Amino acid sequence: MTAQEVRLCGLLLQEHFGEMVEKVGTHLLKSGAQNLRMILHETGISLDLLKKSLCVLVQHGACVFSSGRKGPGSPTEYRTSCDRILRILRYPRYIYTAKTLYGDTGELIIEELLQRGHMTMSSTVKTVADRLTQNMEDGRSMDYNDVSNSFSNLVETHFLQRCPPPPRAGPKESPTPAPPPVPGTPTPPISTTLPTAESFPDCYKVPHVTLIGKGKRPLSSEDVDDQRNAKKAKMDSETHGDEGICWQVNFERFHLHFRDQAIISAVANKLDQTSSEIVRTMLRMSEVTTSPSATCTKPLSANEIFRSLPTNYNITRPILDQYLTLLVDDPMEFVGKAGESGGGMYVVNMHRALANLARATLESVVQERFGSRSARIFRLLLRKRHLEQKQVEDFAMIPAKEAKDMLYSLLSQNLVQLQEVPKTPDYAPSRTFYLYTVNQLPTARMLLQNCYKTVANLIERRLYESKESKRLLEKSQRIEAILASLQASGAEPEQLTEVEEMITAPEKQQLDALRLHINKLDSAENQVDETIFLIESYVNSTTTTS
Amino acid sequence: MEKFTNSPIEQRSTAMAGKGRGVGAFTFNIEALGIGRGSMPDSRVGPMPLFPNIDFKPVPLKAGEEEDYMLALKQEMRGTMQRLPHNIKCHANKAEVERYTERYLKQSQLDDANWTPDWSLLPKELMPQKKKVVKPVKKKKAVTISRKETEAMLTKLDELEKKDDGNPEKSDDETEKKKVNEGEEEEEIEAEEYDEEDVEEENDYIDSYFDNGEDFGGAGSDENVDGEGTY
Repeated sequence: MTAQEVRLCGLLLQEHFGEMVEKVGTHLLKSGAQNLRMILHETGISLDLLKKSLCVLVQHGACVFSSGRKGPGSPTEYRTSCDRILRILRYPRYIYTAKTLYGDTGELIIEELLQRGHMTMSSTVKTVADRLTQNMEDGRSMDYNDVSNSFSNLVETHFLQRCPPPPRAGPKESPTPAPPPVPGTPTPPISTTLPTAESFPDCYKVPHVTLIGKGKRPLSSEDVDDQRNAKKAKMDSETHGDEGICWQVNFERFHLHFRDQAIISAVANKLDQTSSEIVRTMLRMSEVTTSPSATCTKPLSANEIFRSLPTNYNITRPILDQYLTLLVDDPMEFVGKAGESGGGMYVVNMHRALANLARATLESVVQERFGSRSARIFRLLLRKRHLEQKQVEDFAMIPAKEAKDMLYSLLSQNLVQLQEVPKTPDYAPSRTFYLYTVNQLPTARMLLQNCYKTVANLIERRLYESKESKRLLEKSQRIEAILASLQASGAEPEQLTEVEEMITAPEKQQLDALRLHINKLDSAENQVDETIFLIESYVNSTTTTS
Repeated sequence: MEKFTNSPIEQRSTAMAGKGRGVGAFTFNIEALGIGRGSMPDSRVGPMPLFPNIDFKPVPLKAGEEEDYMLALKQEMRGTMQRLPHNIKCHANKAEVERYTERYLKQSQLDDANWTPDWSLLPKELMPQKKKVVKPVKKKKAVTISRKETEAMLTKLDELEKKDDGNPEKSDDETEKKKVNEGEEEEEIEAEEYDEEDVEEENDYIDSYFDNGEDFGGAGSDENVDGEGTY
């Protein structure tokens, strides 16, 4: 947990969960695993609020608890990690992806689950059906079955998973399983490693739930409806047979999808649309056979690829072979050849693709910060590893003085490092080689921390801007509320214009400027998060292989 | 093995000696790095500025349908999550002033604030303990006792100060308010106190100017006979 990560996590917690949870969360991040008494003592929050905050954190998966280190009798310890909290930045992207893949129903399911942390299937289906019904025309409502089908689809493709049952300390009874197909896991033994959701065999099994009904509209003010709804409410409190099975969003699956998307769009940008379709087909075929941390996909023969291409792409077999050869020869190394059987065995190199994408990001950062000539020097150093001052000038074809200047500014920003190679054991300066070099992994890590700092600064600036104009914002919100209520009760246009004129013209200008700034800052946060995802995936991929 | 020619102490002394000769003296041969002495940038005076000038302006943000949609999603999600019961607000602010809006919040919204999580997934110690209910009741009793005492004193003082008709009405008000207060929480008590003081406050208007019809003809008031005419 670096300081930047902790600061960003604190801001995210504060914005979404309030200051109490932020205090508890940052304290846990900084001090590691602690039990309840210690947190109480060190933060000074009242016990009641502390318990509520911890509940909220556990509900959203930001905090995990386990039995204490000293054995079965010791109090439970709570632990947070930065990763889960930093995912909050990516929520809009998850929801948008669900929309593109599964339509509005999928979008709302994912949105509800992200907002609530984890929920049972029945409550999710009901809430989503109600929300969809609200937006439909009068008289039509969303059937629970459709929503359940979408939910099952999401589970089948592993975008949703069951929450792992909590570890129980000591000889306590496991909670009685209510529905028939239940994870048959006994109480797990006390271990230091926490079980992940995937370590349980039934984590992707949809329970048998009886849900018959349609979505309901919100209560209207008529008495008849109230009575009817009151009766309905009594009937709805029956159990649906899946209590205790909570579902959560599987972030890793979404990340695999994003990674695939990044590779496909990179191929489309570098080569052309057809090549990207070929790569997309290859990735789709290996979705289920490849493990998430694999270096490359399972080898696919050219025959299989030819058969699985989408039908609207009528390319002939020789053309496909040519495309594959082109992809293999490309310096970005997205696709590699693994053998000759079956017309040629081809793999998609995941880790190498991620490394190359991260490298392209680094080069682009240098180019935008220091200019294209410095970027040329940077790319040269990445390719040639170690170069002396003179060699840099020669290879980059940049005059000596300017090359020195650029190297010096890159060095001061720590993007380029100096490596000393002594000729004699005493490291005498006149007899040592000083070589400039770029190490991709540490530079990527440094850039990642810069990104976290950037997002934290963006959030702080946005909070500052809204605080400055707080009075104006409140006034405009009040006027909007008045307008809405007037329109709902059917007021005349003169009344509406009269209310609208309560905001003066300069105030309107100020409000527009404020809205523009806040939108820009928010949008910037989303886009910096794309870079964060890319670099994080690269850094994580190197840790799994090494 | 050769001794190091420049031990750390000697290096420091050469550096310090070098400082006497010129500010930009280095302990090693600077030519080897390829950086000439003349091409050094100016030495820094003071800390880095907070917003340094950059030579290259940043690239504008991507703008498109996708980005707009995700922006809208993000802002909606932020708003919704701030309204959910997961968002725990500091209770300290509530007690100060009873806000006008809170009186008109729908009861359903206030009920939402009590969210019960699924206890089977949380450790038992996080459940709120039932013993806590005892404490506030005791507090209330203590509070109401002291309130009764202060109210008794206030009524006595008022009865001594004020003269005529207002009295029976005011003491009725106070007893009513006493009954109301016993059932309420602390926050409302403070608000009620404020209201009562409003009522009991002495103002500049002389009571006898208030003509409520009962004084007509001077019935029951001996002091008005002399000089002050009734209007």
